Amino acid sequence: MRLRNKDMIGLHHSTVEEINLILNTAEAMKGIINRQIKKVPTLRGRTMVTIFYEPSTRTRTSFELAAKYLSADTVGIAAATSSVSKGETLKDTARNIEAMGADVVVLRHPMAGAAALLADTLKASVINAGDGAHEHPSQALLDLYTAREKKGRLEGLKVAIVGDIMHSRVARSGIWGYTKMGATVRLAGPATLIPKDVEKMGATVCANVEQALAGADVVNVLRIQTERQQQGLFPSLREYSRMFCINRERLALAAPDALLMHPGPMNRGIEISPEVADGLQSAITEQVTNGVAVRMALLYLLIGGGAR
Amino acid sequence: MFKEKAQILDQAGIGRSLTRIAHEIIERNKGIADLTLVGIRRRGAPLAERLADRIADIEGSRVDVGVLDITLYRDDLSTLSYQPLVRSTEVPFSVDGKTVVLVDDVIFTGRTIRAALGALMDLGRPKAIQLAVLVDRGHRELPIRADYIGKNVPTARKEEISVRVQEVDGEERVVILEMQD
Repeated sequence: MRLRNKDMIGLHHSTVEEINLILNTAEAMKGIINRQIKKVPTLRGRTMVTIFYEPSTRTRTSFELAAKYLSADTVGIAAATSSVSKGETLKDTARNIEAMGADVVVLRHPMAGAAALLADTLKASVINAGDGAHEHPSQALLDLYTAREKKGRLEGLKVAIVGDIMHSRVARSGIWGYTKMGATVRLAGPATLIPKDVEKMGATVCANVEQALAGADVVNVLRIQTERQQQGLFPSLREYSRMFCINRERLALAAPDALLMHPGPMNRGIEISPEVADGLQSAITEQVTNGVAVRMALLYLLIGGGAR
Repeated sequence: MFKEKAQILDQAGIGRSLTRIAHEIIERNKGIADLTLVGIRRRGAPLAERLADRIADIEGSRVDVGVLDITLYRDDLSTLSYQPLVRSTEVPFSVDGKTVVLVDDVIFTGRTIRAALGALMDLGRPKAIQLAVLVDRGHRELPIRADYIGKNVPTARKEEISVRVQEVDGEERVVILEMQD
């Protein structure tokens, strides 16, 4: 089987079979990352272009390494140093890049829906690397991969997602992904940062963080996005930390072998305390490795082999 | 679409071929020092296990056995009408300085073996690579040959050799299939 669409915009429309295909393929890809010679010839002659309208180290590097390990050529465009700063529209930028022969475009953009717009415009595949507060599917997929690898399954897992749900595309993709795979998702965060209709996505909103953590198998901590916090939605970082910071005491409420994850970059001491971030239950570094494997899987499944 | 034309090997025939190949491997390599077997997914993998069992019966100790998935190394990926499933390569030992016997069910054009050689070289630097196959059906497109052959079967291009093993197919025999128009 293969993925139904040429693009990966979000997990909202992915099927359980598709998610399993991606995770299984990533498992084979992870073997390559652990080798001395980290390269296979699979995507020789294919080109990936990354267009990032927002800063990123991890996601962008991860996509670039994933492509290189598969022998694809890569070019990266940062909006600040490109013709975007001369006023070129997103569609025009992308059309030009496609005209140069890109097979897949990886886009990060501050507006929800940007990746879908591009997918409709281009014949090339489009991977959404984050569009506003909408979705960030490759991050959610690497979270699912890490949870499945460590726990041996996704079905029946109790997952807590803690923090700024409203601004988080990671949370949104995560809720779709986890619930489709049969896990239950509990959310906690400042009431002003919980979107009104989020329970319609299949997650449960908890009254406080302790309730969300109780017995959880997986704890996903979200980053407090200081760049999106200009409207005074919570009183202060200090108060946020006091109420929601995942520290040793709070993590102890989860299952004894609970897995701690964070999409990075971490604000140590604000949403997560260093003692747990660097502790035995933390899978945060592992997540980064798995991120490369999952992105290799996505690239292979979208542009590898066989005419679509 | 394919119709069974003839049976080439039955269960006992497959067993005898593997036993002979096991003896030949030991003879050619003067024992099993630094010897490893690597089966090519899918049907090469169980065949490699069985060769290792026979070698252990003869020599008294078992050699390492790995499994190679060659999907990512195929040279026909961009022309296929479907997308092959990528599975794990499991070679949990170093191949550096070892004599590696690649094991597959059928050798045909030689392209699978070409891909397997690439995949194996990326895992390390073996001292030598040899090839064992259950059936050689001819029609080579590359300068590749097998060192150990269960049975040579001259075939027409439109025919297909189907090796069926218990672990994958639930039966144990080799048949020639003929394409029906």
